[in-house]
Amino acid sequence: MFWYVLTFFVAVVIIFVIPRLIPGNPISSIISQMATGGVQSESLEKIYESFIHEFGLDKPLFFQFTDYMKNIFRGNLGVSFSLFPKTVNEILGEALPWTLALQLPAILVGWIAGNLLGAVAAYRKGKFDRVLFPASIFISAMPYYVLAIILLYVFAVYFGWFPTGGGYSITTLPSFSLSFMKDLLSHYFLPFLSIVLVTIGGQAIGMREMSIYELNTDYVTYCRMLGLSDRKISGYVFRNAMLPQITGLAISIGTMVGGALITEIVFGYPGIGTWLFNGIRQQDYPLIQGTTLIIIIAVLLANFIIDLVYGFVDPRIRIAQMEESR
Amino acid sequence: MNSMVKVLLTSKKFVIGFCLFMTLVLVSIIVPLVNPADPLEMVGLMYEKPSSEYWLGTDNFGRDVLIELVHGMKTSLRIGFIAGIIATFIGTIIGLVAGYLGRNIDNVLNTITNIFLVIPPILILIIISISLESRSLGLMGLILGITSWPWTARAVRAQACSLRAREHVNLAKLNGSNPLEIIFKEILPYIFSYVFMSFILQTAGGILNEAAMSMLGLGPTNVVSLGTMLSWALLFEAPRVGAWWAFLPPAIGITLITFSLYVINTAMDEVFNPKLRS
Repeated sequence: MFWYVLTFFVAVVIIFVIPRLIPGNPISSIISQMATGGVQSESLEKIYESFIHEFGLDKPLFFQFTDYMKNIFRGNLGVSFSLFPKTVNEILGEALPWTLALQLPAILVGWIAGNLLGAVAAYRKGKFDRVLFPASIFISAMPYYVLAIILLYVFAVYFGWFPTGGGYSITTLPSFSLSFMKDLLSHYFLPFLSIVLVTIGGQAIGMREMSIYELNTDYVTYCRMLGLSDRKISGYVFRNAMLPQITGLAISIGTMVGGALITEIVFGYPGIGTWLFNGIRQQDYPLIQGTTLIIIIAVLLANFIIDLVYGFVDPRIRIAQMEESR
Repeated sequence: MNSMVKVLLTSKKFVIGFCLFMTLVLVSIIVPLVNPADPLEMVGLMYEKPSSEYWLGTDNFGRDVLIELVHGMKTSLRIGFIAGIIATFIGTIIGLVAGYLGRNIDNVLNTITNIFLVIPPILILIIISISLESRSLGLMGLILGITSWPWTARAVRAQACSLRAREHVNLAKLNGSNPLEIIFKEILPYIFSYVFMSFILQTAGGILNEAAMSMLGLGPTNVVSLGTMLSWALLFEAPRVGAWWAFLPPAIGITLITFSLYVINTAMDEVFNPKLRS
C-alpha cells in the first residue's frame, strides 16, 4: 500500500516540478505575458489572473506546492484555459466514462484472447504456431494508432460500414432508445477492435514463450510419465504460465493505456485521450495537468487491483497472506 | 564474438529480420545522398494522387510523400538509436549496480525502477515536451531515452543478481578486485547478449514513442519523421478524404522497422535461451 502512495507522490511531484524547471515553460510564459502587458483582451486577462491565482504563482514555490497538493486532495483540478470558465473536473468527468467503457473491456478481452492463443500456439506447435507467431509479432510491432488509422480507412471510409469518428452521431440525441444504442455501438466497434488486436499480439507472444518454457520443465515430464491426459497437463501448464502474465499486465498497463489514449484521438472518441490532445494543441495547461493526474491514478488503481487478483489466483501468495494476517 | 555471430546466422528468423532492417537503414541513408531534394519543399497541390512524377503522391502541404518517407525513416531511426543508446546505458548501469551490490542500494534502486515502470512514460514525456518550445532530433532522442530505461534496468538487475554468487565472481572478490572492476569485468561480459537485446527493444520503443509523441503534436520540430507524417495526415483528415498515400507509407514504414527489430530480438532470444526453441 505504501508503495502506491509513494509512486503517486513521485508522479505528482514530477508533474509539479518539471514545468517549473524548464525555462520557456507554459507557466512562466504566461506570467511574462502578464507582466509585459502582452495580454490584449480583457477576458483573456481574466483567465490568466484566475490561472495565476489558481496555481498560486504569485506566492513562493513552497506555498505553490502546498496549494497544489491541497487542490489535488480536494479533487480540484482547476479551471480550463480553452473552455473557460468550465472546470477541468467537469470536462474530465464527462470524458472519463467514455474512456473507461472503451479501454477496460478492450484491454481485458485482448489480454484473455492473447493468452489463450499464445498457450494454444505453444502447445499445438506446427502450422498453428508458424502462422500465429509471426502474425502476433507483426501486429504488436504496429503501434496502436497505426492499426487504428488503417482500420478507420478500410472499414469506415473505403467500405463505409462504420462511422468515421466520434462517440455518437451528432444528429441523434443521447437517450436509452434502441436506435441510440445501435449508433453508440457502431461508433464503439472500430476503436475497440484496434485496441483488442494490438493487445492480443503482445500478450500472445509473451504467453507462448512462458508456455514453451513451462512445457520443458520437469513436472510436465513427470506428469507425462504418470500417463496423465494431455488436457490435464495443459491445464497445469496454463495455470503456471498465467502467473507471470498477470504480473506482466500490471507492469505494462501504463504503456497500454498510453497507446489506447492515442487510439481515441484517431477516432475522435470523446474520451480522456482526445481531451488531452485538445489540451496540448491549445496549450491548456490545467487540462493537461488534470488529465495526466487522472491517468496516473487510474493506472495505479489498476495495478492495485491486479495485485489483489494475483494474491487470489496464486495459492502460494494466498497462503502467505493468510499466515501474515493471523 | 565470432562464434556468436555464426550461431546467429544459422537462425532463419535472425537473417530475415536483419536483412529487412538493414535494407530500411540503407535506403534511408543512401537515397538522400543520391537525391538531395528537400523533404519540406512544396512541389504540388494538396493530396495529389500517386503519379509517374510523384510515386506516392503529395501530402496535405503538397510535398512529395516518397521523399518525405525516406527522410522520415532516417529521422525516426536516428531518434530511435539515440533513445536506445541512452536508455540502455542508464538501465544497464542501474541494473548492474542494484543487482550486484544488493541490500539497501538494491532496495532503493529497485523501488525507483518500479515507480518509473508504473508511471506511464508517455505522461512524463508529455510533461517534459510541453515545457520545451522546440525539440530538435537529438533532444527528442534524449528525452525518450531518459524516460524508458526502467525496462532495461529490471532485466539487467535480474541477470546480475543470478551471476553475483558465481564462482568466478567470488574468485575475483578474493583477489581483491573492487566492486566496479567486478561489475565490468566479471558480470557485464556475461550478460552482454541481454544488454544488446534490450538495446534493440529500446530502439524499437524509441521509434514507437517518437511517433506517439508526434501524434499528440509534441514530436520533433522542423524535421520530417514517420510520426510527424502520420500526425499531419490525421490532422488534415487524410483517412477520411481517402488519401491513403499520405498515411499508409509512414504507417508501413514504422511497422516494418519495429517488426524487423522484434524479429531480430526474438531470434536472438531463441539462440541464447535454447529452452525457448520449439
